[in-house]
Amino acid sequence: MLLIDCPWCGPRDDAEFHYGGEAHILRPRDAAALSDEEFAEYLFMQQNPKGPHLERWSHAHGCRRWFNMLRNTATNEILEIYPMGEKPRSEAGKAAYEANWRRGSAAEANALSGESS
Amino acid sequence: MATSGDLGGKGMRGLRGGKQRYSILSLARNAFSHHENWERAWRSPEPKSEYDVVIVGAGGHGLATAYYLASQHGVRNIAVIDKGWLGGGNTGRNTTIIRSNYLWDESAAIYEHSMKLWEGLSQELNFNTMFSQRGVLTLAHSEHEMREMTRRVEAIRLNGIDSEVMNPEQIKRLVPIIDTDPNLRYPVMGGFIQRRGGTARHDAVAWGYARAADELGVDIIQNCAVTGFLIENGVVKGVETEKGTIKAGKVACVVAGHAGVVAEMAGFRLPITSRPLQALVSEPIKPILDVVIMSNAVHMYISQSDKGEMVLGAGADSYNAYTQRGSLNVPEGMLAAAVELFPVLSRMSMLRSWGGIVDTCPDASPVISKTPVQNLYFNCGWGTGGFKATPGSGHVFADLVARDEPNKIAAPFALDRFTGGYLIDEHGAAGVAH
Repeated sequence: MLLIDCPWCGPRDDAEFHYGGEAHILRPRDAAALSDEEFAEYLFMQQNPKGPHLERWSHAHGCRRWFNMLRNTATNEILEIYPMGEKPRSEAGKAAYEANWRRGSAAEANALSGESS
Repeated sequence: MATSGDLGGKGMRGLRGGKQRYSILSLARNAFSHHENWERAWRSPEPKSEYDVVIVGAGGHGLATAYYLASQHGVRNIAVIDKGWLGGGNTGRNTTIIRSNYLWDESAAIYEHSMKLWEGLSQELNFNTMFSQRGVLTLAHSEHEMREMTRRVEAIRLNGIDSEVMNPEQIKRLVPIIDTDPNLRYPVMGGFIQRRGGTARHDAVAWGYARAADELGVDIIQNCAVTGFLIENGVVKGVETEKGTIKAGKVACVVAGHAGVVAEMAGFRLPITSRPLQALVSEPIKPILDVVIMSNAVHMYISQSDKGEMVLGAGADSYNAYTQRGSLNVPEGMLAAAVELFPVLSRMSMLRSWGGIVDTCPDASPVISKTPVQNLYFNCGWGTGGFKATPGSGHVFADLVARDEPNKIAAPFALDRFTGGYLIDEHGAAGVAH
């Protein structure tokens, strides 16, 4: 049972929320340029850590808005909640973000290529 | 479909060596000494420094792998190591349903292989696994589901596996306590039954394999967590454990929910998500249900144990977790469905609920595979339905480990299917949505 502090509605039972899986996955811009292995990694190899996990949630039976959350999957402790489109600010969140294998993967490099600097 | 090959032609019937055989006579004999002189079913040895094969994970699948490696392939220098006690993970937490009514040929081959092994398992292991072919009835609650089910039944029958469609009247005759009122929110429109399906005693399966493997010289080492792998030039050479380094010619991992954690120790990733799956049992009552009933649409499955408890399975929680507990709304929703279908249950007390961490794969099919590390093998991804596959999984995995080559039943379940795109999508036949 999770008590999730929706940034707009306050603390609510997790039954009101929809889990959106791993956060910060960037879709490749030119998927055809990736090899089968690289695309399979992008598509199927989700983060599955026993520890801090960056994930997306939507308050489906409330304000229906999305947000990001850092939760320890070994204890269900919620460590940080932050807006979509932003990166985590806590030390644990930054560490989880950096430890994610997608940083530096071909799929992420592909997704970032051509972005205005 | 791929046939099951020789089913234990080299297997043992009962125990070979010095162990006491379990029988009605041994039961009577031990009654005279107040059951105080039963010999231990397995040893608790200290680990040796080196084994031919180390199996990580002493659940049903791991112990079955050890047993078949020893009995079918003549490998005797084997250790099975576990961070807890044997059978203490998902083997002791599932709802014990056994069936082989899957859609695709690849799944039919492995689950039916398993079913055939179940049918002789108690004799083979000289251990009563309480395997009961009471039938598994899956309900349909909409016209669409009925059509999909009819299609699946035809596919199953083409693979030589029994299955038949039933109408609501036939279901009511078979299960008098079910409410077939067409005005229910989710009425029973029909269903299909696999009569050879049923249940077994989950603990007994782990204990039976453990005892038989121990008899063949396998060391079962409990309370000894693996903390890392010895890998040299891409070849595994052993495992680091809480009780020191154990060298191994081959290492086979069967760790279910922790597959991803263990794979990370070896430096590669698996397409697996670990989530809690919950189940409940009620207070024991007189016999009222002699088949297993599953409903995918309202998400409920139920059977009655020999002790009289109603055993109910809930869904998997949506979020990743390793906590062995889930959110309360999941069993709550399942119980609402159960009470609508079986109003007789409405005042029954639930005694216990618990969660297990299931290793779900994107295509709801398992991974039985070599890995990027040579001589390191993984058997995982059984998700919400691994118990039924215990004998077959152990049998084909032992074959893969022994020969370093998958047989034709195991081959479709290799890791490379995620790269090649040959997924075996069994979301429809999996009992639990994921």
